[in-house]
Amino acid sequence: MTADSLESRLRRAGPDSSDAADAVSAAIARAEQEGLVDVAYAITDSPIGPLLVAATDAGLVRLAFQGEGHDDVLEGLAARVAPRVLASPARLDPVRRELDEYFEGRRHQFGVPLDWRLSSGFRKAVLELLHADVPYGRTVSYLDLATMAGNPKASRAVGTAMATNPIPIVVPCHRVLRTGGNLGGYGGGLAAKVALLELESGEATLF
Amino acid sequence: MDLPPFQRLLDAHATDLHRFCVAQVGPDAGSDCFQEAVMAALRAYPSLTAATNLRGWLFTIAHRKVIDHHRAVARRPLPVGALPERAGQPAARDDAALWASVASLPDKQRGAVTLRYLADLPYSEIATALDCTAAAARQNVRAGLARLRSEVTP
Repeated sequence: MTADSLESRLRRAGPDSSDAADAVSAAIARAEQEGLVDVAYAITDSPIGPLLVAATDAGLVRLAFQGEGHDDVLEGLAARVAPRVLASPARLDPVRRELDEYFEGRRHQFGVPLDWRLSSGFRKAVLELLHADVPYGRTVSYLDLATMAGNPKASRAVGTAMATNPIPIVVPCHRVLRTGGNLGGYGGGLAAKVALLELESGEATLF
Repeated sequence: MDLPPFQRLLDAHATDLHRFCVAQVGPDAGSDCFQEAVMAALRAYPSLTAATNLRGWLFTIAHRKVIDHHRAVARRPLPVGALPERAGQPAARDDAALWASVASLPDKQRGAVTLRYLADLPYSEIATALDCTAAAARQNVRAGLARLRSEVTP
């Protein structure tokens, strides 16, 4: 027997990778039980593409469109929230269910708890206001929102708050348009913004 | 210093880490060792001070869990000869005798051989995992292979 054959037998042997997948699932389930998962995430399908949803103990902390680069989003969560970021879809079941209902037109308001830690100051105040006071099917302008926030001169800052919204769809920045009805921008792309507005106006037949 | 999301470590290394554990102690105990290693890594991860050589770091932890397992088994009264067969046999159905021999190698040789061939770690990282020099890691691989060669028929 040559050294090569022994070494190649050593390299070849071992369980197949499906065993490893089961072992990983079991480890993540136990990590959840022992409180070792700081950020749980899942990828969920939607009519506007795969969405990444991520939650901490406090609630939904991030929702990201595919165009944002899900890998980059996870890196950002590791850096800004905590590095124990794990794919643990069970914890995201409630928000995934609500998103499904929303996209089917059966849900007009999200009930899952939110973790606002990725926003602060004026931006956070504006996003909370938007979440609380701009209902399904309605739109407001950046100026309206600035005025609601008590600072009509701050529409540019409101625009920044919308552009950096960590929890789009649930915190409905798609309902914020330029004065005069121009669509403005959207982190998920304008097509997604149009689709969400049509869904909420009852015009959508896509979904 | 930013650590990558822990999931990225699992995506990149879990398959090899699991093979590494199972090859040394069999599928059931191997999955236990793997899980203990992942738990220990998760507990320690937030306080890591450097994001370098995370693969070597994971295998270091797994190697310790395997040694803990071997020590626990050694304390249990088992019939002589029962352990290697039970431990090694299911790791690779088609190469049971080889894995039985691997399982019965001394800790450092077993660790060195599996880290080298199953985990494909360089000697410098095997040295980290075994807490020895790279030269000693190389020597343990060589000694382990020699012993396997004398015990296993092709």
